[in-house]
Amino acid sequence: MHDKSRRAFIGKAFAGVAGVGAVASLVAMKKTWDPLPSAVSAGFTTVDLSSVEAGKLNVVKWRGKPVFILKHTDDIEKNEIRDLVVGSDRYTVVIGLCTHLGCIPSWNPSDKQFKCACHGGAFDASGVEKFGPPPRPLDIPPFDLKGSELVLGEEGEQYKKIAAAAV
Amino acid sequence: MAKFEKSEGFVDWLDQRLAIKKFNKVMMTEYWIPKDINFLWAMGVILATMFAVLLISGIFLLMYYKPDTALAFDSVNYTIMQEVAYGWLFRHIHGVGASVIFLIIYIHMFTGIYYGSYKKGREMIWISGMLLFVLFSAEGFSGYMLPWGQMSYWAAYVITNIFGGIPLIGDELVVWIRGNFFVSDATLTRFFMLHVLLIPLAIAATIGLHFYALRIPHVNTQTGEDVDFDTESERYLAGDKKSAKVIPFWPVFMAKDLFVLSTFLIFFFYLVFFHYNFAMDPVNFDPANDLKTPAHIYPEWYFLWSYEVLRGFFFDIAGIKAFDLGLMAFGFANAIFFLLPWLDRSPTVAPANTRPYFRVWFWLLVIVMIVLSVYGKLPPTGTNAWVGFVSSISFLTLFISLPLVTILERRSSK
Repeated sequence: MHDKSRRAFIGKAFAGVAGVGAVASLVAMKKTWDPLPSAVSAGFTTVDLSSVEAGKLNVVKWRGKPVFILKHTDDIEKNEIRDLVVGSDRYTVVIGLCTHLGCIPSWNPSDKQFKCACHGGAFDASGVEKFGPPPRPLDIPPFDLKGSELVLGEEGEQYKKIAAAAV
Repeated sequence: MAKFEKSEGFVDWLDQRLAIKKFNKVMMTEYWIPKDINFLWAMGVILATMFAVLLISGIFLLMYYKPDTALAFDSVNYTIMQEVAYGWLFRHIHGVGASVIFLIIYIHMFTGIYYGSYKKGREMIWISGMLLFVLFSAEGFSGYMLPWGQMSYWAAYVITNIFGGIPLIGDELVVWIRGNFFVSDATLTRFFMLHVLLIPLAIAATIGLHFYALRIPHVNTQTGEDVDFDTESERYLAGDKKSAKVIPFWPVFMAKDLFVLSTFLIFFFYLVFFHYNFAMDPVNFDPANDLKTPAHIYPEWYFLWSYEVLRGFFFDIAGIKAFDLGLMAFGFANAIFFLLPWLDRSPTVAPANTRPYFRVWFWLLVIVMIVLSVYGKLPPTGTNAWVGFVSSISFLTLFISLPLVTILERRSSK
């Protein structure tokens, strides 16, 4: 009996040490797979909106993702929530990855839609889903407007307004 | 300490230290296999051989492959394919081998389903086998990423994105798995590690478990007969080999097994030398480009059925988003096979064709999985989308209805 309780004690002591060690190891292993600081801070992309041509899709790369910048022509329906308005011009600024499984949709100027070849999803010119499996509109990247320059990666006033209204 | 005597030769010397004669008896010459089997019982040895073929060809590829987004594509398509002597051979063996091993896995699986070899004590064989299927799927997927072509990149993108559908942690989980906000160098190097070390280790261990799981229930027979292995093996050892219902694994079973293996290997190397292109997607000979999705993304043929279940749901139902429905169906399709021993409520172990209800169920399953695989490769537009939807629903319905089908069969046979 005496023996048994001593063995039970060292058993519990071992379980305690092993448990702490296991949790600590798992934390370290989890963190090893986190994005590296250099990846997290990698780059802010700046685009000069004044050089953007209306009706033609501009694709810029931001943190490895394509960002669509589309200056609206007059025949594109206005979206008061999602459009970025600069003076008299309206822009669509969205991450160009289908919200279904991340393929890159292409811009189809004839019917003013973004179409995804992978699973047939379609979005209107403001990035709102219109057909197929996409569960939500195209995501809007954080941006800040400095004069006519758009800085992707910083959260500016217009972004916060659009993000708050779009939810 | 055990008593050691002067040995009578090398074998005896080893036997005194490692008990190799006893080991050989237990593992080979007195491991009993029933006589009433056919060539489909040879698939296990073919699979073990193919794992070895993939391991060896992989070791040779590993000597020149560079897991770096800037170097990977050229290290495969230039260095290995053009410079390394016989590099092309090892690559084609590895690529064709990965494809063919899945063909044999499916034959092996459906043999098990057809003959009812997953129940009445054989559940652990089935579960360890399904674990191997999942591990080989992960191995196939991680390996497909390594050449870093367009299909590698976008398959990695789409498949890692699937984890985004998990509630609450989805988005963070995708970034964590990729090690970046997009599929990048960190993603390539960690999947390289998984492909060449962690998953092969897990596969080797699970193969051990799978073999061990056979020891106690033993291999099933063509009729599902409950063979008394103790009595029958005694009869065999007593010299009545003709009327005994069992044979030793080595050399009697393996003699025929190796013949089937030879036939298979001739077919395999015919593919490697003359028809390797089916395992080499042309789109993957374009280097990965993160700003250009290929016009049409599809997985290798062995993932097509579950891919089609994933995208079969293309419209919202009852307020649930199409994306989430597809994901749930996909998760269901991949998990449900594990539960087969418990979904089948009939105690009968017999070939499907002798079971009045299960026969229909089995062949419907085969047809649905072929239809899913065919349409999984076609663009999901118009009629194709509807065929995908109907066959996905059929697949789910088949598994949900299996308990009912087998209960009705059990009652009708009384």
